[in-house]
Amino acid sequence: MTYADFAATSPLTEVAKQAWLTAQDHIGNASATHTYGRAARSLLEDARETIASVMKVEPAEVIFTSGGTEADNLAVAGIASRGTIITSAIEHPAVRDAAELHAHRYGHQHRVVPVTSDGVIDLDAFRDLLDAQVAGVSIMAANNETGVIQPVDQIADLIQAQAPRAVLHTDAVQAAGWIDIDAEAVSISGHKLGAPVGTGVLIAPRDFPLVALEAGGGQERKVRSGTLNVAGAVALAAALADRVANREALATQLREYRDRIGQCAANLDGYVTGINKDRLPHIAHVVFPGADPEALLLGMDMAQIACSTGSACSAGVHRPSHVLEAMGLADDASSALRFSLGFSTTTNDIDAIESALGRVVSMARGVR
Amino acid sequence: MRVLAAMSGGVDSAVAAARAVDAGHDVVGVHMALSKSRAEHRNGNRGCCSVEDGYDARRAADKLGIPFYIWDLSDDFEDTVISDFLSEYAAGRTPNPCVRCNEHVKFAALLERGMAMGFDAVCTGHYADLRDIETPDGIRHELHRAANMAKDQSYVLAVMGKQVLGNVLFPLGDVPTKDKVRAECAARGLNVSLKPDSYDICFIADGDTRGFLENKLGANPGPIVDQDGHQVGEHVGAFAYTVGQRRGLGLGVPAADGKPRFVTRVDIPSNTVVVGPPELLDVRRIIGNKTVWLAPDIDPSSWLDVGIQVRAHGREIPGRVKVEGDQMIAELDESLRALAAGQSLVVYLGTRVLGQATVESTEGPSC
Repeated sequence: MTYADFAATSPLTEVAKQAWLTAQDHIGNASATHTYGRAARSLLEDARETIASVMKVEPAEVIFTSGGTEADNLAVAGIASRGTIITSAIEHPAVRDAAELHAHRYGHQHRVVPVTSDGVIDLDAFRDLLDAQVAGVSIMAANNETGVIQPVDQIADLIQAQAPRAVLHTDAVQAAGWIDIDAEAVSISGHKLGAPVGTGVLIAPRDFPLVALEAGGGQERKVRSGTLNVAGAVALAAALADRVANREALATQLREYRDRIGQCAANLDGYVTGINKDRLPHIAHVVFPGADPEALLLGMDMAQIACSTGSACSAGVHRPSHVLEAMGLADDASSALRFSLGFSTTTNDIDAIESALGRVVSMARGVR
Repeated sequence: MRVLAAMSGGVDSAVAAARAVDAGHDVVGVHMALSKSRAEHRNGNRGCCSVEDGYDARRAADKLGIPFYIWDLSDDFEDTVISDFLSEYAAGRTPNPCVRCNEHVKFAALLERGMAMGFDAVCTGHYADLRDIETPDGIRHELHRAANMAKDQSYVLAVMGKQVLGNVLFPLGDVPTKDKVRAECAARGLNVSLKPDSYDICFIADGDTRGFLENKLGANPGPIVDQDGHQVGEHVGAFAYTVGQRRGLGLGVPAADGKPRFVTRVDIPSNTVVVGPPELLDVRRIIGNKTVWLAPDIDPSSWLDVGIQVRAHGREIPGRVKVEGDQMIAELDESLRALAAGQSLVVYLGTRVLGQATVESTEGPSC
């Protein structure tokens, strides 16, 4: 069995698992003032400081959330509450749909930047969308389907030049731990890094516009309520720190694996999306024109390989990917596979993927 | 065999899949998403295509320990079943969408996709019996009525054609009653054992066929006339009426003899619905087209004494049939009442299905 769906969720890393289990043994609500509470709080703040240090921000800028989706929603709602929000055509629904929802709620505009055929934000188009009405921008650090890295630095420069009052948020759910990210606000998800599901962080400067999405105790900076998940925070911090400490070696290894899959796809008359652009080291997004998406998925599954189709899944039914459609690849938008790799991927896994692709792609091209 | 089990989320297909697993086949479950806009929840007894039905199918597959996928066959369904449904009604005929679904989707699109993916057969929860008969020329696959006559679905399956009979499995063919299927379902720990049976047309969620047709084809009011041509009412569109229909006519003028009147003819060119006494509905001779003959060992080019069925769960009437090219001619020993063009005419010899055709026209006993 080959697990190649790390971008969907990663197995727990040993470091995160041990940190989680150890922290889980502590009793006490981190908001309580007694000895137990203070001890729990201390663990949580250690985690916050670790994350701040890794992300090169201050601890006060770290907000713990239930995951990437909540972090995205917090940032996007905050921006949309102040004025026009700009997102891109390839955002995850946690940003795209949140921007629609909150722009509508606050009576502000939501502008969407197109992308090039390489899956990169069209910077000229972006420049044209910037004006004094823009309260903020939310553009992902790297795309979750294609792995294509977005020019966040250049986006920040354009904002500085054209709309200096606007803030910049980036959804770094896939990118965190792989590349350095330079935005004011950043969303991170724990389970993509090997921490448990249900853990996440929004990094947001003290003056970043935020509004509470749910009423409650306001435990995190008065905008995020709910009992603090101490063990989750500890595990996330451990996973992130571990990843960043080891990332060069791991990235080099996975890039080689990624490119082997890309080469294999090319040999099968397929192609790698955004091949000329910088891409995350662990995502191989390959398209096989003419291949039936359901047959690709079934074939890989039967071959004991867990990967994703490139398409969105709505109640179990595959729909063409909005990312590939935005890239102008509508014809192929369903015939993609995403292999996403991680710390436990081995060369045997890549051998198995190559061998399965040879059989499955030809079978899937025979299905009308 | 590698078997693709079509799982609607209902009792029958779940038990059929379970039996295929027990028989030692390598089974994969597939739920077909047939609607473009799937409802979140099931609505009463109608349909099988809500997200909730897909969930039920998935849970049954989980229990059986088989892989499970949802396949989107909504394009096929729309292009064949729904478009045929609309164009047939628009032409004044009364189609059977379940027959078209079996013809174009379940035992065509699904089977072809499955075979292209390396599967050998499609398994469904239909009530029909497949028999493999050894002959000097090899195995002959015969389609027979199910042991459970009340549930027998051979009528809607005859259309699949003889070339696919060897690539389908109907594991419920020998179960005597639906209660036995439910009991087996419960004994296997499958969660759908108490789920109600589905009836009616799955893509018309509220059961209002006339409203569906009016919505899709547009209202086109016109006269309802009696057999002498006198107007006795008004209709919303002649396409929405079926030969033999009595209810929902809203006739303002009573019949001279005070007896009930039925739709005897739907005339699309003049957008007229004709009503008359029930005697005018008597049918003794049927001309069918699009003939499908399942029995390679029986030559239908000269008259054959057979049983003839023209409705799902309808009575079998003795008579004779003859096939000439694409056309099937049937003569009945006794009259049947009201048969609309577009329905299926299925021919039986004992329990065996010999063939079927789509009704093109009918003639009464006086002809």
